[in-house]
Amino acid sequence: MTVTERQQLSYIAAQAADARVNLEIETEGMTLNIGPQHPATHGTLRIVAKLDGEQVVAAEPVMGYMHRGYEKLAEVRTYPQVTTLINRIDWLGSFANEVPFILAAERLMEVEAPPRAQWIRTILFELSRIANITLFLGDMAVQVGAITPVFFAFRDREHVLNQIEAATGGRFHPNFDRIGGLKDDLPAGWVAETRQAMRKIRRFCDEIEELVEGNEIFQARTRGIGVIPPDVGLSYGLTGANIRASGVDWDVRRDSPCGLVHDQVDWKVWTHPDGDSFARFWVRMQETREATKIVDQLLDGIPSGPIMAKVPVIIKVPAGEAYVETENPLGVMGYYVVSKGDLNPFRVKIRSASFSNVSITPWLLKGVYVPDIITILGSLYFILGDIDR
Amino acid sequence: MSRLSSTDAVEADAPATDVEAEALLARLRGALGDAVVESHTDRGAVWVRVERDAWADLAGYLRHEEGFGFFNFLSAIDWMPSPFGRDMDSSVDNVLDPPEPKEAAPTETGVAGGDTRFQLLARVNDVTSGRSIIAKADLPSDDLSAPSWVAVYPGADWHEREAWEMFGIDFDGHPGLRHIYLPGEFEGHPLRKDYPLLARRVKPWPGLVDVELMPETDDGGDAGEGAAP
Repeated sequence: MTVTERQQLSYIAAQAADARVNLEIETEGMTLNIGPQHPATHGTLRIVAKLDGEQVVAAEPVMGYMHRGYEKLAEVRTYPQVTTLINRIDWLGSFANEVPFILAAERLMEVEAPPRAQWIRTILFELSRIANITLFLGDMAVQVGAITPVFFAFRDREHVLNQIEAATGGRFHPNFDRIGGLKDDLPAGWVAETRQAMRKIRRFCDEIEELVEGNEIFQARTRGIGVIPPDVGLSYGLTGANIRASGVDWDVRRDSPCGLVHDQVDWKVWTHPDGDSFARFWVRMQETREATKIVDQLLDGIPSGPIMAKVPVIIKVPAGEAYVETENPLGVMGYYVVSKGDLNPFRVKIRSASFSNVSITPWLLKGVYVPDIITILGSLYFILGDIDR
Repeated sequence: MSRLSSTDAVEADAPATDVEAEALLARLRGALGDAVVESHTDRGAVWVRVERDAWADLAGYLRHEEGFGFFNFLSAIDWMPSPFGRDMDSSVDNVLDPPEPKEAAPTETGVAGGDTRFQLLARVNDVTSGRSIIAKADLPSDDLSAPSWVAVYPGADWHEREAWEMFGIDFDGHPGLRHIYLPGEFEGHPLRKDYPLLARRVKPWPGLVDVELMPETDDGGDAGEGAAP
């Protein structure tokens, strides 16, 4: 795929600007610090941008303000205790963080959750996706100067969070997934209420579509901005909606399913050929709608049966290595778990989506204008906890 | 059930995958020769361990010849058993009451083997066919360095900075190895097994007993001290 004309021109201009700064003839370069406390940074990401006039010559993200050392901490906690930590990686879709780790541990133990647990797991997994991306849909409008949509997002996300809370007891940190199943069964009346919440989310998507997607200013600020060609995106390790917005038809939920029941329902992987900020917004919008459909279908067919497989009270995971990844709200998240047959994992490598997604920014921000930094960062959609771990 | 997407999904068919994996490993051996030390397949996952000097060649071959265009992650494993071991879970203060030094457990390595303490770990995917491969390489302790992957996979940049910071592994050809998470003046490599987790060294860990004892079974004698009147 070709980079759009606008981006090509901006590259040429950036190179010219680079040369000017180096020779110190016409303009003097300026260093602009964005963050660590900018609303577009979803936490504390700092971008140091070298500017020539309005144009970025080089941009360097600075992370680590929220580094909590989860890989080290996981080595001294028992397997069930690790889920408490990893809840806090992507805090907007916490339940989805637990799933790949639990699946990796189950893989090593050769335990399989009973069907009912797998279905409810998948429902909660998709609910965290909706809760997470709903906020993005509102937040993206804030990046271009529209304030109202984010209030709609906070309002309607609450319907989903209420359902997560009703089932798990936690709005943000469910800590609900267990090796071999789930902590509890669903409360009475939950299915009907969730169906209602899904209807509200679909209405929210229509609302945002009317308010934001067709808006002239929004289109002008996002179309053709921050174009990522598919091969570049892949070599930087981009995943999720970011890579599907570049036309790569790849979704772990469909292509390498592991432990979740997405293959039991009809759904579609959405892609967009443009690869720009608008495409990333558009793909996420469709994904949210698709997720509500997945949840609706799953709610229809939750099998009966136990919620936990037979697992020992004190969990020792047999020695071995397993890597399991799932399609989380922000992209592919995986855990490489090394076990030595002990109570705690020997080593856990956390492959988080945002870390790889943001690693493209030095390449992507070269040549763009200052206001576009904000929309591009917004459209890449990252959570700082998911970068810093 | 039917899938509505534009490309056909790759079905996870275990025997077929294994045949495919063996074919891939055979091609790798053909391309890299003796540099392929060991390999392992398990339920569709493929591991390959190569000589350190062939680390960059492996990346180049996988990306350009085999079509593994997606860079997944790169990290390292420190196989040394922790010298602190379970005393990290101490329920008493380790500073006032240091534990007895104990004999080190023997070093064991995982799938696809290993001869050294530090081992590189990376994974790349081919998103069109759904294949993936996990690569490993041993690093001798007296020379912790490896060829960089940045020229092949630009996404390896940050991952290598992280491995450099956390394990102290040098990557030859990396454009700028500097701290990514930790402050610039930080000393030590936190993910090495011999780097103590200070919080655990100085403070008892309340999570040692996963299930809290009921007050009446607590033989400490101070049951009910904090209870409401």
